[in-house]
Amino acid sequence: MSLLQIEQVSKLYPAGGLGSGMTPALRSVSFDIAAGEVVTLIGESGSGKTTLGRVVLRLTRASSGRVIFDGRDVSLLGRPQLREYYRHAQGVFQDPFSSYNPVYKADRVFELLRGVYFGGMPRSEWDAKIESALHGVSLNPSDVLDKYPHQLSGGQLQRLLIARALLLDVKLLIADEIISMLDASTRVDVLNLLVSLKRSGLAILFITHDLSLGNYISDRTVILRRGAIVEAGPTVAVFTRPQHSYTRMLLDSVPQLHSKWRPASRAAAADGNDPARVADVLATPGAARPVRRLAMPALAIPSRRGPALAPSASAPALVEHEPGHFVAEEA
Amino acid sequence: MSVKVENLRIAYRTLAGDVGAVDDVTFAITDGEIMGLAGESGCGKSTLGNSLVFLDGRMKQLGGRVELDGTELPIADTRAMRPRRMKDISLIPQYAMSALNPTRKISKIVADLLRCHGVRYGQVLAELERRIALVGLDDDVLDRYSFELSGGMRQRVTLVLSTLLDPSLLIADEITSALDVSTQRAVGEMMMEFRARAFVKSMIVITHDLAILGQIADSILVMYAGRLAEKADADTIINSPLHPYTQMLLASLPEVGVRYEDAVLTGIPGRPPQLSNPPRGCRFRDRCPFAFDRCAEPPPFEEVRPGHHVACWKVAEQEAAA
Repeated sequence: MSLLQIEQVSKLYPAGGLGSGMTPALRSVSFDIAAGEVVTLIGESGSGKTTLGRVVLRLTRASSGRVIFDGRDVSLLGRPQLREYYRHAQGVFQDPFSSYNPVYKADRVFELLRGVYFGGMPRSEWDAKIESALHGVSLNPSDVLDKYPHQLSGGQLQRLLIARALLLDVKLLIADEIISMLDASTRVDVLNLLVSLKRSGLAILFITHDLSLGNYISDRTVILRRGAIVEAGPTVAVFTRPQHSYTRMLLDSVPQLHSKWRPASRAAAADGNDPARVADVLATPGAARPVRRLAMPALAIPSRRGPALAPSASAPALVEHEPGHFVAEEA
Repeated sequence: MSVKVENLRIAYRTLAGDVGAVDDVTFAITDGEIMGLAGESGCGKSTLGNSLVFLDGRMKQLGGRVELDGTELPIADTRAMRPRRMKDISLIPQYAMSALNPTRKISKIVADLLRCHGVRYGQVLAELERRIALVGLDDDVLDRYSFELSGGMRQRVTLVLSTLLDPSLLIADEITSALDVSTQRAVGEMMMEFRARAFVKSMIVITHDLAILGQIADSILVMYAGRLAEKADADTIINSPLHPYTQMLLASLPEVGVRYEDAVLTGIPGRPPQLSNPPRGCRFRDRCPFAFDRCAEPPPFEEVRPGHHVACWKVAEQEAAA
């Protein structure tokens, strides 16, 4: 049985400031995560990916549907059981700097945890536990303990937060854009850390808008658009045989190091301002600049807004394209 | 030569003394060129970009000069710079999304900016509307407040605003980093389009994302700890980088299609040095797998192949032997 099952979860938020209506942030989302599995949740801003992470961690409640962790419905947990739940399920979020209070030293996050979960543990045992958790995230304790947040790098702070989660008997980690704010060079260390944690049996829900990061790390990929799943399946299948036009558009947009963006249906090409030609013109000294007074159609910009969704808007039906690879029906 | 920067040195004043953030930087950009400026956080790339437009109270120029279209750009003299900003040189700052005043409508912000340069709003309104449409926004954004716009829309509005007076040089600081891939691509293509339509002559695109630069830049300048590490055209930097730092930076980028089972990516161990007390010699020495005794002296930024400048003793040796 899967460690985490998300069943038909929907979430409505009040639309606009005056609560005149409701907007669906999630529409009947279902998938599951097994122990030792990394599931990547990919979506653009506004797709509901963070909301889903918050629902799983019960930071916000679903309007309908269930989240089942280890056979128990998370939304029905009472206070003591909820504390027990957080012993097994933890989240790490995007901005490491805002997870710390700049007035206190960074290792205070460990102390706070001790107060709640390890009140009876002797000091020496606790210190040894912290040390082994820090080694687990390849941090050198003397580099990071007894320091203020501003003295540490973003990568170090983010790894401290993961170490904090590891102090508990964590089985599920919700990693919400945890490396988007890090430099490429430190990003990889955090990614590789997640891979080694996964190998030791941790289930990870890796939420990101970066497809290449998602592809690097995950076993399965779920693509979310406007609150509903458009495509889900084994990562290799989704990335090599994308079926939904939205998935293909996302994949085409990823900047690749060794190949240029394929010219999409660019308006520029249509108005005779072919980018390649323009570059040639510019490369020729003294050449006339391209004519500027042209009727200019807008550049093709994907709109994620579209018409507002009705609160009752249902999710498109998913069809199994190949074993385990589900694709939403396109209108 | 549209832009020429020679031996520029910029420092931050701190209680503990000056901290050199940009050290002896020299480069040139020709008309119509998009130059990428890359490096990890804290390598001085934003300081370099900002210093060309606005040297704020914490920064001071220790030396060097900047030339734009044949005349000197008085970057240390903020009064003399005022008429040249937006007209000749423009900056889209990092976090441009929060650069728009939330208490004023977009049209009012534009009008204010234009008045500083003696241009009437009505004079450029037609052009403004044309450009707003070009970046795929409706005219009615002008009547909206910035908080009514999404991140991508605000980014596009700032792009249009900062280039409205057709500056010679546009400096775009991390303008794609906070965007989704599809919006990132749209903004990247827009910048190329703006260059193609001569709304700006040349651009400096500052980012830590080399993959984006591979798409839009003509040349790439890599900085490390306030100094230049490598400069060449974009294809050369991406496909055959010479400086160990550039090579390691590229090796740490995951590409779509690469999975941890096939190839484990490697980061760069360690962190950039503290600039308040920079190490002697090559600043990358402590993190460099090829470091040898000669690296105790600072390597010169030399042209090792036509159009390809590198500051590394190892590379200089190899190229001399080849």
